[in-house]
Amino acid sequence: MSGEAATLPAIEVEGLVKRFGRVEAVRGISFAVARGSTTALLGGNGAGKTSTLSMLLGVLRPSAGTVRILGEDVGRHRYRVLARMNFTSPYVDLPKSLTVEENLKVFARLYGVPRLRARIAELAAELEIGDFLKRSYGTLSAGQRTRVSIAKALLNAPDVLLLDEPTASLDPDVGDRVRAQLSGYQRASGATLLIASHNMPEVERMCSAVLMMRAGRIVDRGSPAELIARYGRRTMEEVFLDVARRAEPAEAAA
Amino acid sequence: MSPAAALSAQRIYAMVLRHLYLLRKSWVRLVEMAYWPTMQMVLWGFIAQFLATNSSWVAQVPGVLVSALLLWEILFRGQLGFSLSFIEELYARNLGHLFASPLRPWELVAAMILVSLVRTLIGVGTAAALAWLLYATSIFDLGVPLVAFFANLLVTGWAVGLMVSALVMRYGLAAENLAWGAIFVAAPLSGIYYPVCVLPPWLQAVAWWLPTSHVFEGMRGVLIDRAFLWHELWNAVALNAVYVTVGAGVFLASFEGARKRGKLVQIGE
Repeated sequence: MSGEAATLPAIEVEGLVKRFGRVEAVRGISFAVARGSTTALLGGNGAGKTSTLSMLLGVLRPSAGTVRILGEDVGRHRYRVLARMNFTSPYVDLPKSLTVEENLKVFARLYGVPRLRARIAELAAELEIGDFLKRSYGTLSAGQRTRVSIAKALLNAPDVLLLDEPTASLDPDVGDRVRAQLSGYQRASGATLLIASHNMPEVERMCSAVLMMRAGRIVDRGSPAELIARYGRRTMEEVFLDVARRAEPAEAAA
Repeated sequence: MSPAAALSAQRIYAMVLRHLYLLRKSWVRLVEMAYWPTMQMVLWGFIAQFLATNSSWVAQVPGVLVSALLLWEILFRGQLGFSLSFIEELYARNLGHLFASPLRPWELVAAMILVSLVRTLIGVGTAAALAWLLYATSIFDLGVPLVAFFANLLVTGWAVGLMVSALVMRYGLAAENLAWGAIFVAAPLSGIYYPVCVLPPWLQAVAWWLPTSHVFEGMRGVLIDRAFLWHELWNAVALNAVYVTVGAGVFLASFEGARKRGKLVQIGE
């Protein structure tokens, strides 16, 4: 990677629009995510977070606008950049009749992971999934499945990791471990994480930057501390409620 | 409370309503209800019509019906193996994972073709072994031409499998029944158990546009006349080239449509 490329944002979104018929789910949003940062994409249900993440992954075609990830135009070089990304989402699942190990082997090959057995063993140890590698994915608890899903997302040691509600439906103990594992990966690898979440303590703990979405627009942005100060609140939970319940969308911060 | 009183008409109606709602929104399911009885009636009508005047012909060529059935199974299993591999990814809600990986759609297609080949060899191989044990009929009696028939029928199956998978991507699992039934639209026209000339002239004109009609004519040429009909082979190959190209085009168009509509991560009933 050239020095110039290394200083570019990991994710650059310009004028991104998604229309489903007459419904405009994402309305011309622009943002950049710095390399090596952990950024939260916040908003209520239907704010456009999942559509935005899907467009970043290229599984949803934008109606207008551009997405550049790691300097590559996703519209033109999608497959080149997908090899350096990964994601988790509650909207997709893994084949339940395959064992955990079989699932991980399939995806390791799809991502061209070298020394895949060693990589799976490494992740199994880090994410504490070694005990159920030989079990069918369908027999696992929600917490175990989440850890397997994160193992799948880390298989290719991605430079950009998109996480759609990574700790939804987890109990506080498992949720805390998952957050620690993700933060640990981010620190060790210098990867860029973009997290869509409804868990505000998670955002305060993990994220250095926040993008607030409502009705398909980015209505505010900043670090958690900046947003808390700007809204005169004590927590991101209160900031979230302020933004979600505001009558008119505010202008996005410059 | 008596068992009868424990039954609630309201709840039963609610469940009937749940399925009627589904049917009302799904033309695919409605068509499927009429499809099977119609196909069976048409196919067996032509078979009965043919046997009424040609039963001695069938008797004189032992194994022709069993060989025809086995060749038909190659087509059916080839198509089914392709379509079900795709549908299994939908059931697993795994398409989003797959298409957010570096996997190209045509790589998925190539994989499904290979899986279909394996499934066909297992399914038809078992049936062929049983046919040999039970009826002393070996499909390998067809000799080298069997390879040409096998390859052509598989390619037709893949072409139909591509189109069915495209429809499933477009209409969701409501179109799943097409995987089981789509190929049967070709059954009465393909002349599996009777020559194409049994069909009314206007249907013959349609039948000759199917690669399968040429394959089954070729099979009868080998079994009855002991002749390999090269022109039937080339007709089948040429038509298959067209069908598989159209199938691939429809599949890729459906994939792009699914990307546009956001269906790759949310395909259901």
